[in-house]
Amino acid sequence: MDLSYTAEELAFRDEVRAFLAEKLPKDMSDKVRRGENLGKEGHELWHSILNNQGWLSYSWPKEFGGAEWNAVQRHIFDDECAAAYAPRIVPFGLSMLGPVLHKFGSKEQQDHYLPRILDGTDWWCQGYSEPGAGSDLASLKTKAVRDGDHYVVNGQKTWTTLGQYADWIFCLVRTDPDAKQQEGISFLLIDMNTPGIEVRPIVLLDGTPEVNEVFFDNVRVPVENLVGEENKGWTYAKYLLTHERTGIAGVGFSRAGLDALKRVARIETANGRPLIENPLFAARIAQVEIDLMAMSTTNLRIISQASAGQAPGVESSMLKVKGTIIRQEINDMMRRAVGPYAMPFASETVEGDNDPIGPDYAGPVSAQYFNNRKLSIFGGSNEIQRGIIAKVKMGG
Amino acid sequence: MNFDLTEERQMLQDTLRRFLSDRYTTTARNEIIESDAGISTEIWNELAELGVIGALFTEEQGGFGGAGFDIATVFEELGRAGVVEPFLDTAVLGGGLITALGNASQTALIDDVIAGGLHLALAHGEPASRYDLSRVEATAKVDGDEIVLNGRKAVVINAEAAGYLIVSAREGGGAFDKDGISLFLVPTGTTGLTLQGYAMMSGGRAAEVTLDDVRLPVSARLGAAGAGYGALVDTVARANVALAAETMGAMETATELTREYLVTRKQFGRPIGTFQALAHRYSDLLIELEQARSAVTNAAGNLESTDRDLQIAAARNLMARVGRLVAEESIQMHGGIAMTQEYELAHIAKRIVMTDHRFGDADYHLERFIDLSAA
Ligand SMILES: Cc1cc2nc3c(=O)[nH]c(=O)nc-3n(C[C@H](O)[C@H](O)[C@H](O)COP(=O)(O)OP(=O)(O)OC[C@H]3O[C@@H](n4cnc5c(N)ncnc54)[C@H](O)[C@@H]3O)c2cc1C
Ligand SMILES: Cc1cc2nc3c(=O)[nH]c(=O)nc-3n(C[C@H](O)[C@H](O)[C@H](O)COP(=O)(O)OP(=O)(O)OC[C@H]3O[C@@H](n4cnc5c(N)ncnc54)[C@H](O)[C@@H]3O)c2cc1C
Repeated sequence: MDLSYTAEELAFRDEVRAFLAEKLPKDMSDKVRRGENLGKEGHELWHSILNNQGWLSYSWPKEFGGAEWNAVQRHIFDDECAAAYAPRIVPFGLSMLGPVLHKFGSKEQQDHYLPRILDGTDWWCQGYSEPGAGSDLASLKTKAVRDGDHYVVNGQKTWTTLGQYADWIFCLVRTDPDAKQQEGISFLLIDMNTPGIEVRPIVLLDGTPEVNEVFFDNVRVPVENLVGEENKGWTYAKYLLTHERTGIAGVGFSRAGLDALKRVARIETANGRPLIENPLFAARIAQVEIDLMAMSTTNLRIISQASAGQAPGVESSMLKVKGTIIRQEINDMMRRAVGPYAMPFASETVEGDNDPIGPDYAGPVSAQYFNNRKLSIFGGSNEIQRGIIAKVKMGG
Repeated sequence: MNFDLTEERQMLQDTLRRFLSDRYTTTARNEIIESDAGISTEIWNELAELGVIGALFTEEQGGFGGAGFDIATVFEELGRAGVVEPFLDTAVLGGGLITALGNASQTALIDDVIAGGLHLALAHGEPASRYDLSRVEATAKVDGDEIVLNGRKAVVINAEAAGYLIVSAREGGGAFDKDGISLFLVPTGTTGLTLQGYAMMSGGRAAEVTLDDVRLPVSARLGAAGAGYGALVDTVARANVALAAETMGAMETATELTREYLVTRKQFGRPIGTFQALAHRYSDLLIELEQARSAVTNAAGNLESTDRDLQIAAARNLMARVGRLVAEESIQMHGGIAMTQEYELAHIAKRIVMTDHRFGDADYHLERFIDLSAA
């Protein structure tokens, strides 16, 4: 047992640090630190900076132009990025569609779509969820009917994150209405500019237009946009979910969040003393830090197993549940830390020409608290994750 | 022992509940929140006509209520409907301080407040004061028969709509002293007074207030020089009963929306409420709601007793803990739908959670409780 990074891993970490120090634009990390929206251009800029370094595709195999880092390297990179307040990599093309195309896409699809993900030509969004199909994804109803060399798609997707920016959407659609639920689903790539597609924004409770409804009205999709075989889409979607996911615990985000919290708690005062010296608040911080220290090691234990070739099973469900609880707890404390200045509505205080209301760190904290309630809902809710753990362990 | 509302309060509750469920729909409320003023004059006037403001004042003050249970009755209904109009700021805080300290010509303003014609705002908290009621650094200096005010006031709710701000400033003592704090009635048009207004997370508006050589006649002082702290504490106690009751009403709406959703939303071919993982958590919310109702009753019923501060600290601490649980669990059990701005629960959850930031969160009231129970 050795808890420290190897010399090689340390050298890699230093390389990542040096890169971030040199290439991460200051105004970009400031925005991330303040919880501001980067907009499409901001995300695209960061992707192109990473791509120039050859690191955007860090999880992709070399044969597809990837850096093919192992799980420990990826973890180091994610950790360093979070600590430096780098933007997150938008996952839809890179870590969701990419791996599916690597494994199940045709040669033509790989050659066409993969480079366009890396160079930023195509912004992808994920079209899985529907109004009636959330946790029970396999009950999805959007249907695709074969008509000559096209599929005709009708139905509705929802919760489509950043769909307003997207050029393309990868969708799960029902191609066989008579088969057992999971067996009649196909994986289809759809150009968002096709006639018959309508995108309507959904404003989230913190005021951000982050997700959308996407409506399909007789949308004609060329058959060559089918990934893999017809009616096998569920297998591909599940591959994604069981595909090793190292970032799921969000340790880097929690670390950065905890550091920010402590910084704020040193500045804020209660009864004339720094908040960080207040026994109740100090106890809250300590409690979450103790949890986070243990979870970081849990995360590393699982990552090193993954690096050794063992696919994590229920462990990723465990990391998701614990990781989201910790992140949400830190958001909650940050909101408390700023006192009455948690009340101003962020969009008026952090955007535009207005002077910030109160200390500049206070602007986004309640918006983040409310927005991050999503962490325990999406990507398989925490209830669904707990169900998986119990089912696997009890052999249900 | 009798835990029933009096007939008058029962009537007030029924009237208010009926009016708000007819008129203060989610759509209507969301439109109000998005309007420039952030509050509705029409709703305000109609509620004033129904006697909502009068119920918060005693007969001597020109109202017909004013006791702890009157406040609790009104604010529970306001909370249930997620009302953003500033009854707390204008009536309980502003009106409360004027009636506690004002002379005859100052208290004459209350008739207008009760009729709905005048808004007030309390400009007390400062950028560094957090929830500490005695921390005042704004200054007041007598200059002949005038008073000159200087300083900054933070998150002054309802400042823009108010005809007068009730401004606290020091005429003696150090930054944390209870003695030396005076209160002044400052007309909002006064030269030297600047408001930087903004919307709030849970609806309504507030402003950062700068006092830059604001000159007033000495007669603008409420009560005696340097002796405002006691009235502030009493008034904030009443506001805390109101906030606890408001949270109670909001939590009932949150759990009712959750109940409805659990029995209607289907996944995996069955109502999600049939999953025990959710059913038990819903039951836990109801168990905590009973605790919360008792905590509000304790606080409202002890508003005039020697136990007041302890009971209020207990109630606000418990409401903060239960409130967070109810808000977060209700959102979680709904899934994505609760994350959308236009769904009723989103606003209700924000009202509940943001109450933490008015006159103290769970930790603040826990510390108060520890101090008071040790004394
Ligand atoms: C901000 C945000 C962004 C999103 N982005 C995307 C996106 O880009 N693309 C996309 O396709 N989807 C996206 N989603 C959708 C997300 O995956 C779903 O919200 C999620 O699957 C839950 O589905 P639901 O919201 O319909 O809730 P439901 O499935 O209706 O769940 C409601 C409640 O019931 C619980 N529940 C359900 N089944 C069970 C069970 N068997 N046992 C116990 N409890 C159960 C859930 O845990 C939850 O608490 C996003 C969601 C959000 C909130
Ligand atoms: C100290 C003691 C004194 C007692 N005195 C009496 C007495 O005077 N008279 C008498 O008749 N009995 C008595 N009991 C028995 C008591 O009523 C039973 O222990 C109780 O009903 C639980 O039954 P069980 O022990 O068989 O556990 P089980 O019923 O087998 O339960 C095991 C676990 O499963 C859980 N569980 C069971 N069903 C469900 C469900 N549907 N959903 C979720 N969880 C579930 C339980 O909560 C428990 O955690 C006593 C028990 C104890 C320990």
